[in-house]
Amino acid sequence: MAQTIRKAFYGSVAFSVLLGGVAAADEITYVSGIVGNAVENFKEIVKPWEEATGHTVTLVPMPSSTTDQFGQYRLWLAAGNEDIDVYQTDVIWAPQLADQFIDLTEAAADLAPQHFESIIESQTVDGRLVALPIYTDAPALYYRTDLLEKHGAEVPKTWEELTETAQMIQDAERAEGNSDLWGFVWQGNAYEGLTCNALEWVKSFGGGQIVEPDGTISIYNDQAIAAVELAASWPGTISPEGVLAYQEEEARGVWQTGNAVFMRNWPYAYTLGNSDDSAVKGKFGATTLPTGGGNDESAATLGGWNVAVSKYSQNQEAATSLVLYLAGKEAQKTRTLIASNLPTIIELYDDADIAEQQPIIPQWKDVFLQAVPRPSAPTKVKYNEVSSKFWSAVHNTLSGDGTAAENLELLELELEDLKGGGW
Amino acid sequence: MSLPEDSVVRDRSLAQQRARSAFWFLAPMLVALLIVAAWPLMRTIYFSFTNTSLTNLYGGEWIGFDNYLSYRQLSSGRVIWRGTLVDPAWWNAVWNTVKFSVISVSLETFFGLIVALVLNAEFKGRGFVRAAILIPWAIPTIVSARMWGWMLNDQFGIINDMMLRLGLIEQKIAWTANIETAMIAVIVVDVWKTTPFMALLCLAGLQMIPRDIYEAAKLDGVNPIKTFFRVTLPLVKPALMVAVIFRMLDALRIFDLVYVLTPNSAATKTMSVISRENLIDFDKFAYGSAQSTLLFAMIAIFVSAYIWLGKVDLSGGGRK
Repeated sequence: MAQTIRKAFYGSVAFSVLLGGVAAADEITYVSGIVGNAVENFKEIVKPWEEATGHTVTLVPMPSSTTDQFGQYRLWLAAGNEDIDVYQTDVIWAPQLADQFIDLTEAAADLAPQHFESIIESQTVDGRLVALPIYTDAPALYYRTDLLEKHGAEVPKTWEELTETAQMIQDAERAEGNSDLWGFVWQGNAYEGLTCNALEWVKSFGGGQIVEPDGTISIYNDQAIAAVELAASWPGTISPEGVLAYQEEEARGVWQTGNAVFMRNWPYAYTLGNSDDSAVKGKFGATTLPTGGGNDESAATLGGWNVAVSKYSQNQEAATSLVLYLAGKEAQKTRTLIASNLPTIIELYDDADIAEQQPIIPQWKDVFLQAVPRPSAPTKVKYNEVSSKFWSAVHNTLSGDGTAAENLELLELELEDLKGGGW
Repeated sequence: MSLPEDSVVRDRSLAQQRARSAFWFLAPMLVALLIVAAWPLMRTIYFSFTNTSLTNLYGGEWIGFDNYLSYRQLSSGRVIWRGTLVDPAWWNAVWNTVKFSVISVSLETFFGLIVALVLNAEFKGRGFVRAAILIPWAIPTIVSARMWGWMLNDQFGIINDMMLRLGLIEQKIAWTANIETAMIAVIVVDVWKTTPFMALLCLAGLQMIPRDIYEAAKLDGVNPIKTFFRVTLPLVKPALMVAVIFRMLDALRIFDLVYVLTPNSAATKTMSVISRENLIDFDKFAYGSAQSTLLFAMIAIFVSAYIWLGKVDLSGGGRK
């Protein structure tokens, strides 16, 4: 017995000496918010990198709410936490966290030009490239082909049509005893996701984008009011009242159990909706979000995730190698195939495998090209507060606490106060 | 002649010696308290008088009371007040917190006392029931908030399902999302969670009451209701007052339950929620520190007033 233990001990010492001698295998810690199958997918995506370099990656899962993730990242970075090497960051965070990440300009000199220029630009702060894109995001309108066909309805082009169609199908289905069916599910919780939803309503009604790129506050106008007013008519009619507490996953829950006609969600829901245990498998399509108020251009909020290396990381070299790999063509292709995330490398939209296995992706290029950015660039470090004031004003309106006109007027005043002498 | 004086001196030196050794025994705890409580508290109060941001914790400059209240005169002569004391979001949070604390603590005290009275009676399996009733208190708040979040879910939640089946409601209610029911949901979950704690404290108080008082009352033919109001309640009151203060301290700084259970809307935001938001999300570390300081001050004032007005005896043993 003692013999074996001693043997095992010497064996393990010899083994670790051997490993140390061959290559310094680093353990990289990667932190990311989790929706859908993100944990399983991540393992699959990084496997080739782990095999090629001998390093290992540990994923630290975070809540799916971007607002919650941001708070945690903020605390870690302020404390100079060395435990996390790589952060997966939202497209809007670059200006706020720039000081805490290393500059990737040189390391990504060859890689960066392969990506959409606007995305690389969004991650560049004062000439420093602080994060590299791993996928972009633009939401779409998911619709149930079977239900639309059954009730002889078209895919709606405007929000007004959507409201009508959803109501019509919901009423008809409920009359047939399908009492759990709802017309339209989306994200109405008071968090960053509501800012995305509401920005789409406002922009697609021709009501601007809250704060314009030049910094002027534009939210208090008739189109914006009409847009929010229409949305406020949904909870309790075509949307469950609980939509006011829904984030992405709650909406997907109702949708994927077959209890919604329409859903607004990000591309990740596409593959999951077609998975084997999904009640809507093969029964749905996705298209650009509707327009409204007589305006004819639809809008989808530009989302997307990036990877950044912490300034406090002790393994910066290996971490940089990981982010270059994740932002590179091979990893993005795998990610697109298994998770239907939109690539940021332009070339991949013409990739034959992707076109065959994820036919929706090449079409999504149009959605993406119409995408509207949130006003994080003009409002800089105040963006989170701008967004919070916006989603609060909208959430209040949706919950019946004041009209859209009252709340948006107040919002304009608050934003002006916040802006002060300038953003 | 000198003997009594000698013994006084000896007594005094003995007392001094005892006090000294008591101090040394307490010293580690005092040091620990200084490090984990006093230091962070002082720092937060200091931050509230600066313009510190989270990215640059050591670069803040002293700006006096500006985070609390300041004014600026515009060129038109109009005076604009700023600071958390004129921030409507802050006062809304204060109101939410007070409403939550008063209602939930009252309910918990009421139900806690009832449960304690039941447990105080002799019956078979009392030990088991006493242990079982503590389960809600043993579950971490985050876990119970999530659990209730699912049970209260508008589409899949078991509460809606049961109420529908019983015919109590006509259609599913979005308990946590609707601004009219969100606060009720928070209070219900808090009462569920904390009533056992109150019951435990009340029970401890009840068990201190000598049994012979009840026997005397019984012999005199006093009816049970009168016994409760004339004997039990006055005697259990000191324990009850202490229990209420413990709960109130907790309730005034409620955070996790609200944060997990409800959407982040103005209907349920409490003082802790709003100061966290400023501290971390909005890059207004100093402003959030000012709100945390106010929260601390409000709790301190409230508790002092309560102890003073309620003549609560915190020294224990009933000696005055």
